[in-house]
Amino acid sequence: MRLTPVLFRLAWRNLWRNHRRTIIMLGAVGVGVWAMIFMTALTRGMVDQMVIDSIGVLPGHVQMHHPDFQDDPSISNRIPFQEAELQERFAGAGFKAWASRVRVPAVISSERESRGVTLLGVDPDAERDISFFDYDAVDGRYLTDASDQGIVIGKKLAETLETGIGKRVVLMSQDPDNDIADRGFRVIGLYAATTKSVEESYAYIGKSTAQQMLNIGDETTEVVFLGDDYRDIEGTYKAVSSVVDASVSVLRWHEIDTYLGTMMRVMDGFVLIWVVVIFMALSFGLVNTLVMAVFERVREIGLMLALGMKPGSILGQILIESMLLLTLGLAAGNALAWATVVPLEDGIDISIVAEGMEMWGASSMLYPKLYASDMILATGVVLLLGFLASLAPAWRASRYKPVEAITKV
Amino acid sequence: MSAVRCIDLCKTYRQGEQDIKALDHVSIEIARGEFVCLSAPSGGGKTTLLNAIGGLDIPDSGEVYIDGKRIDQLSKGELADVRLHQIGFVFQAYNLIPVLTAQENVEFVMQVQGVPATERVTKSRAILKEVGLEGLEDRRPAQMSGGQQQRVAVARAIASRPALVLADEPTANLDSKSADELMALFTELNEHHKTTFVIATHDQRVMSYAGRLIRMLDGRIVDDINQRA
Repeated sequence: MRLTPVLFRLAWRNLWRNHRRTIIMLGAVGVGVWAMIFMTALTRGMVDQMVIDSIGVLPGHVQMHHPDFQDDPSISNRIPFQEAELQERFAGAGFKAWASRVRVPAVISSERESRGVTLLGVDPDAERDISFFDYDAVDGRYLTDASDQGIVIGKKLAETLETGIGKRVVLMSQDPDNDIADRGFRVIGLYAATTKSVEESYAYIGKSTAQQMLNIGDETTEVVFLGDDYRDIEGTYKAVSSVVDASVSVLRWHEIDTYLGTMMRVMDGFVLIWVVVIFMALSFGLVNTLVMAVFERVREIGLMLALGMKPGSILGQILIESMLLLTLGLAAGNALAWATVVPLEDGIDISIVAEGMEMWGASSMLYPKLYASDMILATGVVLLLGFLASLAPAWRASRYKPVEAITKV
Repeated sequence: MSAVRCIDLCKTYRQGEQDIKALDHVSIEIARGEFVCLSAPSGGGKTTLLNAIGGLDIPDSGEVYIDGKRIDQLSKGELADVRLHQIGFVFQAYNLIPVLTAQENVEFVMQVQGVPATERVTKSRAILKEVGLEGLEDRRPAQMSGGQQQRVAVARAIASRPALVLADEPTANLDSKSADELMALFTELNEHHKTTFVIATHDQRVMSYAGRLIRMLDGRIVDDINQRA
């Protein structure tokens, strides 16, 4: 411990002995770290957008259903609570937003085409913070209230059905008695989504209108809850679970959309692999730099050992030198990443490849997202693996025999 | 008690197919405060003997005692401690740490010993003044002449007042004036501080400063002369 100041002094000065080599290595570490964080930010941005879009389309952060609804999302599997009971349990519970819905499979027909869709009976006021699209951005208009008699469909679905605003379509589903429940609606609005598949899949009508059409009183099939952060949903999950019993099931968004949940975990793994792979490339340069530095200083190391410095201190000196080099490179890389990602957080237009991205549920705008946790991950991985990679040359230096090292030509 | 005592030291190096006997049953005893020169032609065994005394090299057989303590059986760490606290070294070349200034080089051993900073600074400045390098404290080795560098090395060797200073060909890279100045410094330190000096050399002028001259040939002591007598 008492040697720490002199070890730092030696390490720091030795680092700048061959400043050209050090600067090149710093550049390599800096660019490598920047690449780690920048790519991670792009990946995170893409995944975030996908998750947020998907959560906005249906799942929210937590959902409540009839226990059989996941396997059979039909009108038979309704939540056994009346609207008043839902209000009593969840109103004022501190959720960012929550809403009850009617969600059933249905067929929509124009005079030319028919398509299977998911019919959503919603209360537009309650869903304002949950919905993935801006009500004001809807062509025509959005639903005004739960009793609105119109229907809002996606632009792509309108195109497929060869219909449009002001035209009539027919919705057909089943009521609880397995009888056909159908009704004509006038198209009042067309919404745009990040992906065409979403625009083609969901049709919105007023919740009360849907309940009337399906003959289910004021019952619903789904209650959706939104917390503050989709990555931290346990609080929301527990808050919902604590006020219901086994007559309903409460699910987290990644349990509902398992594909998305799995994808997010895969992306997390990918980020770690990416960081490690870049470091592997960097480590060759790092180890080479240290090996060269040790080779150039064999006699000095021998001298220090001869004068009574312990091998452990030599090991420490080389490791400190390596850590200083990496710390400087990390500082440069993190600063560069911050400077390049932050200006891009307003979005990068990737519409050229957006067609291909759509199959992943991604939009044509990419919003890089710089998380402190990712910067810490890159920094931690570089320092940890850098330390391990430096052990071999440092160990080698500490094992020199002073009498041989000091006479090394 | 002797400063140095070696009993029946043997050391053999393998060079290609040949075994070279660097030390062949060498026994010597050096009293405290002696000024001894080890003289031998190249390959005669003087550096090997010096390294054995300094704990830098372990003999194949025999015993080495420094201040009455046997050191040839110590571990690497224990040997490092002996070198750090009991022995000062001056080598032929590459004596200094290039990235440290003259003063920092002198302080180095004291710093490893754990001497407090203020005491280190005071001592190192005083010793640099003693060896005639006042004003050069902040120079790095590359900014000093060979003679000045050797003086810094001597200052470092004596900074913590070791009982024994070992010097291996300390004048080999110096011009005659610098060599004479260095030897005068050694003599002065030996006389004033009673530091024991053991110097390996084949320089006749260096030998003339020694009180005792031990001649070696082919790893054996062939002559042991008290030059003061």
